[in-house]
Amino acid sequence: MGSSHEAHLAHHFESMDQQRESSSLGMWLFLAQEVMFFGGLFVAYAVYRFKYPEAFAVASTHLSLGWGAFNTAVLICSSLTMALAVRAAQMADNKKVIQFILATMLFAGIFLGVKGIEYAGKYQDGLVPGPNFTYTPNFDRYTVPITAETAPANFVGNVQLFYSFYFVMTAVHALHMVIGLGIMVWLIVQAARKTYMRTYYAPVEMTGLYWHFVDIVWIFLFPLLYLVWRH
Amino acid sequence: MSTRIHYLNVQHTVGSWLFSLDHKRIGLMYLVTMMLFFGLGGAAAMMFRIELMTPDPTYITSETYNRLFTMHGITMIFFFLIPSIPAVLGNFLLPIMLGTRDLAFPKLNLASWYVFTAGGLLGLGAIIFGGVETGWTFYTPYSSTYANSNVILAALGIFVAGFASIMTAINFIVTIHKMRAPGLTWFRLPLFVWAHYATSIIIVLGTPVIAITILLVAIERIFQVGIFDPALGGDPVLFQHLFWFYSHPAVYIMILPGMGVISEIIACFSRKRIFGYNVVAMSSLAIAILGFFVWGHHMFVSSQSMYAGMIFSILSFLVAIPSAIKVFNWVATLYGGSIKLDTPMLYALGFIGLFTIGGLTGLFLASMAINVHVHDTYFVVAHFHYVMVGGMVMAFFGGVHFWWPKMTGRMFNETLGRITAVLIFLGFNFTFFPQFIVGYLGMPRRYHVYPEEFQWLHILSTQGAGILGLGYLLMFGYLIVSLVMGKKASSNPWKAAGLEWRIPSPPVTENFVELPVVEHEAYAYTEPDVYEDVPAEESSNG
Repeated sequence: MGSSHEAHLAHHFESMDQQRESSSLGMWLFLAQEVMFFGGLFVAYAVYRFKYPEAFAVASTHLSLGWGAFNTAVLICSSLTMALAVRAAQMADNKKVIQFILATMLFAGIFLGVKGIEYAGKYQDGLVPGPNFTYTPNFDRYTVPITAETAPANFVGNVQLFYSFYFVMTAVHALHMVIGLGIMVWLIVQAARKTYMRTYYAPVEMTGLYWHFVDIVWIFLFPLLYLVWRH
Repeated sequence: MSTRIHYLNVQHTVGSWLFSLDHKRIGLMYLVTMMLFFGLGGAAAMMFRIELMTPDPTYITSETYNRLFTMHGITMIFFFLIPSIPAVLGNFLLPIMLGTRDLAFPKLNLASWYVFTAGGLLGLGAIIFGGVETGWTFYTPYSSTYANSNVILAALGIFVAGFASIMTAINFIVTIHKMRAPGLTWFRLPLFVWAHYATSIIIVLGTPVIAITILLVAIERIFQVGIFDPALGGDPVLFQHLFWFYSHPAVYIMILPGMGVISEIIACFSRKRIFGYNVVAMSSLAIAILGFFVWGHHMFVSSQSMYAGMIFSILSFLVAIPSAIKVFNWVATLYGGSIKLDTPMLYALGFIGLFTIGGLTGLFLASMAINVHVHDTYFVVAHFHYVMVGGMVMAFFGGVHFWWPKMTGRMFNETLGRITAVLIFLGFNFTFFPQFIVGYLGMPRRYHVYPEEFQWLHILSTQGAGILGLGYLLMFGYLIVSLVMGKKASSNPWKAAGLEWRIPSPPVTENFVELPVVEHEAYAYTEPDVYEDVPAEESSNG
């Protein structure tokens, strides 16, 4: 067999093209269901934000814009290195595949680390929703035009709702990243065995699609969570 | 005479089943797993039906009663009806009907069975550790705040089993798009394939929404985070919207594959091309698309605005059009056909009648004024059981009988088969027709205790359930017996025209020794050569 691509052609496919097109279509369908999965969350978020605009705006100002922006940049960089890894796989350069995927994993690690710092800060501030949620409104210091008189009756409860969404959405997103990291470990093992060649690079390409999707979710999460009142 | 090697006897170890990538074996594994859940859900139903023979609590408490109907609903819907036809018959038949060797992603297919089983075990765990009392709909804030039972386990079970559905659906869509045999154009596809294509689209777009919804309920319970909690300004009705956004299309996930089965059976036993093939195929897609825009008809009395209600009502009426197109075309296929009343055909005819009743009463429910009168009554229960049990389960068992010779290589006892089909049809009607009446008279669903004047209707219903249960048991009996004592099946015992009947029964692991070139559509009953038996030796490669 040696360099032949036949080793990678599953028995039930007729050609490498058919196999690759199938993987690609399958991946896009998977991403379609991912869109609907996050879509459910986004709809619920939209309903509450529409209902409680001030509370959501105030709650949003307690998130760290700096860390959020930094993480956005980090993830965009990781998308670049992922795209380069796909390119390297198409060129059958397994060594570069490993390098670029390691770079992607590094960026992902930085992102998750920063997320950890942010979560810890929210925990210290008592902003983790649940029985321990403690939040005292300070109407004098808000940049959002709201006073104790104009605030809705359940202002603190509505702020907690925002944080429920903040934690659920970012945690589900982070979980997707962790899964992506797991897949990347497998890609590195495969690349170390010089698996990828000009006719066979679908696993890297599909992981790339997945990774870009995870990035795009963040591109939506960042403004929805961090930039509510900063337009 | 040496025995022919086929997919069933090629290997015998347990491992050869548990790690099999063969879509046919995976389909059979699904069949066995799902029959266990069907039995479980049925047993729960029998228990509360017996309780309902008397107006007052007799042998179970109200608490147990709530847990029993929840168990019945969850197991039947999530672990039987939704996956049933796609995972069993679809898995087994789709690659063969498409003239290919397997589904596009065989490992994903095997994984789906494990994921489904894991989900099923979580659901089972919820039952074993005391059950759930929320009803299968998990309405908040009852499920999120007040219920004191295993909601989390049951929710996770449904969440996990949903992944299995998605895996199967992606596999089907890709296989249908990319792996059709040469000559098998879209409009030569069997309607069974069209139905599964439409179903798969709904699964891919709908299931993730219930996944996130049910996950939010679980998160709310586990971390005591308010998401649907009114105390924080959360909106319990939002849960209903998200829930029904999936769970109404899920009705079509359940019924569309059944309609695919019925199209195959009706054409074969009328010995005619299906009437209006193109519109029947397109009506599947129409149902899939319209099905996403009708969820509000479950919420006419849930504080939804009247205008939203009117729009959802009109859209719900629209779904009746493609459904009626199917029924009319099946009947037109029967017209002038040479009809043979073999067992699968009896199920198919039963389906047409019962689905029509279920569908028409659906129109009553889609009318806002009538809906307010019968909302959450037994009328609704009867309506969806006519669609789900009278429709879907009839189609499932019709399909199992139709393809039984292909799957197992054995014929079941035809006489017993016909008697049982009639028994199930009668038992079903005895069970559920009285519920239309008791519901119309005003009895709400999910009540353990009821006024005495309804008793005679409940007694009728319970006796019907007994007949229905007997019918199912009889069916399991003779089907299992047929595995050992059944006559060996020829390649095409029903003289049907589909590709799956052009290969020996049971097929070899690779389905086709040489991949077929398709020259006819699947209903070429005017071409006698397409339904001749294939000698086993000819296509057996050992």
